[in-house]
Amino acid sequence: MQQSVAHFEIAYTQFLDEAGRTVQGFPEGLRDPATLRALYEVMVRTRTFDKKAIALQRTGQLGTFASSLGQEAIGAGVGAAMRPEDVLLPSYRDYAAQFSRGVTMTEVLLYWGGDERGMDYEKPRRDFPICVPVASHTCHAAGVAFAMKYRGEARVAVSILGDGATSKGDFYEAMNAAGVWCLPVVFVVNNNQWAISVSRRAQTAAETLAQKAIAAGIPGEQVDGNDVVAVRERVGVAIERARAGQGASLVECLSYRLGDHTTADDASRYRDPAEVEAAGRRDPIERLRGYLLRAGHWSTADEERLLAHAAAEVDLAVTGYLALPALPPESMFEHLYASLPQSLEEQRRAVAAASDA
Amino acid sequence: MPELTLIEAVNRALVHEMAADPSVVVLGEDVGVNGGVFRATAGLAQRFGAERVLDTPLSETLIAGMAIGMAAEGLRPVAEIQFMGFIYPALDQLLNHATRLRNRTRGRLTCPLVLRTPHGGGIHAPEHHSESTEALFTHIPGLRVLIPSSPARAYGLLLAAIRDPDPVLFLEPTRLYRMVREVVEDDGSALPLDTCFVLREGPDVTLVSWGAMLHETLAAADALSEHGIGCEVIDVATLKPLDIDTILGSVMKTGRLVIIHEAGRSGGLGAEIAAQIGERGLLSLQAPIERVTGYDTIMPLYRLEKAYLPDVARIAAAVKKTLEFQ
Repeated sequence: MQQSVAHFEIAYTQFLDEAGRTVQGFPEGLRDPATLRALYEVMVRTRTFDKKAIALQRTGQLGTFASSLGQEAIGAGVGAAMRPEDVLLPSYRDYAAQFSRGVTMTEVLLYWGGDERGMDYEKPRRDFPICVPVASHTCHAAGVAFAMKYRGEARVAVSILGDGATSKGDFYEAMNAAGVWCLPVVFVVNNNQWAISVSRRAQTAAETLAQKAIAAGIPGEQVDGNDVVAVRERVGVAIERARAGQGASLVECLSYRLGDHTTADDASRYRDPAEVEAAGRRDPIERLRGYLLRAGHWSTADEERLLAHAAAEVDLAVTGYLALPALPPESMFEHLYASLPQSLEEQRRAVAAASDA
Repeated sequence: MPELTLIEAVNRALVHEMAADPSVVVLGEDVGVNGGVFRATAGLAQRFGAERVLDTPLSETLIAGMAIGMAAEGLRPVAEIQFMGFIYPALDQLLNHATRLRNRTRGRLTCPLVLRTPHGGGIHAPEHHSESTEALFTHIPGLRVLIPSSPARAYGLLLAAIRDPDPVLFLEPTRLYRMVREVVEDDGSALPLDTCFVLREGPDVTLVSWGAMLHETLAAADALSEHGIGCEVIDVATLKPLDIDTILGSVMKTGRLVIIHEAGRSGGLGAEIAAQIGERGLLSLQAPIERVTGYDTIMPLYRLEKAYLPDVARIAAAVKKTLEFQ
């Protein structure tokens, strides 16, 4: 005879369905049309940027680039839910969150254009740069959150990671520690169904990624990641819960990677085009636009104005990026240590002399 | 003034910095209530509280990764990896993040963390508890790798490591933890980094070593002095970045160089020292450079560890070989 000693369930939240119809009333704070329009604008600006970045890569003006196409609602929701004094620890597909926090498009282009200055964010000075080795930054988030808690600050660390990253030990170790110490950190999973060519089903036998939080003793839940209202609301609840001293949590956002993994990838090698097409019908931007138009909060003129504004913003960013000359070669020594050890002076001088010649 | 063991000196340095600087926090496995498996952190949790002396879950990636987050947010974490054999999950964090954060952000975010870990063999320890793999770490750009060889240097170098604005791997020679006592003034004085210490001057041959091997190296120098051979003994102390100038200056005087380390020979730090002396001091050399090292084998379990570790006889033989070279 056995008895049940623990019970778990994973909640799922959606406000706007695939057709942009409300499935439940919007939460307090997300009923103001201006708030919804702001979320919509971030998503559109991000997509405009994304398309331009891919075009720059295809024409040899940018290095390998990771597109966030179709996943803009996650970053927009996370960015809007955070306060300026919080710290974002992003992965490489979280431009909407970064832009919301004041990272500039020029900075992101510089990064993918092979220049470290693209990580020296002018505005969110405490935010971490994009993390390429997946999941490794979740441990940093735990440390950042510890420092905030240690100093008694009402700040929160937010780490965004992908579905593939949830298979890594770092992710478990970070969540586990965050649970033990009740740290003010939120882990947001962008479950876009594909880790390069490995599908979500091939990644784990777990029914949801959210339930991985349960093993760490922190709450985990799922939201429709293409519903920016759901993302904004539930990530917001998780962030404010952390800020109030109630600890860490995980929000799994269900989305779909409409583009290739990066510009160096060709997803048609491993994905059924029908699947991609079906996923495209769940697009987060069209969904919110449909709702806003029907509700009378948005017009064709608004749309044209926004697209023109976004295009101009992106063009300005591209101009800024292309106009900035590379740093001198000896700059590779400049921030290696706080001050360059004597033993490296000779190498630095040799690089400087070679670049002068 | 008190005579301290090396482990006590580590403890005093931690106490001093925690008392002086509230941003210093200690984390690691068993470092709190238990005071660390070697007692390096004994009494810290009782004195400074559990919120500053964190017993972490058993996860080395987390310990290193969390220290990075803490450091970037303005704390001064001193993390302990219980044995060097368990440090490898943390290697990703050290290599990909701790040492790169300053450069990636052009100085916007920095990583003033210290990772302490016991180093080396000779204590009859179980498997994975006796290796000396410092050369894996001295290859990492942006890292400082330190190893003291005495209680006083452990105290002064650990203070310097904690105050350093960049990531430091602080290796502690396990065999020396309780082997010797030395007067250590607990006055908060740090020793300089990025510099070798000349422990003994001598005209005939330069002996270069670090960590526990300096014990054998000094003993060999003693034995050789009875035969009228004067050895200059250098403690490298900061393995990265390497102070080659001090070693080169000594070699220019003696004309002979013997490098002693317990790590395996090929690709060991001795190879880098030998290469740099070859590049800069070839014409000063009166004999080929000798290396006395562990072998390019797996570190054997403890029944054979003495056969692996360099000893006085092997060091003395190498010195004589350089002196007899024609």
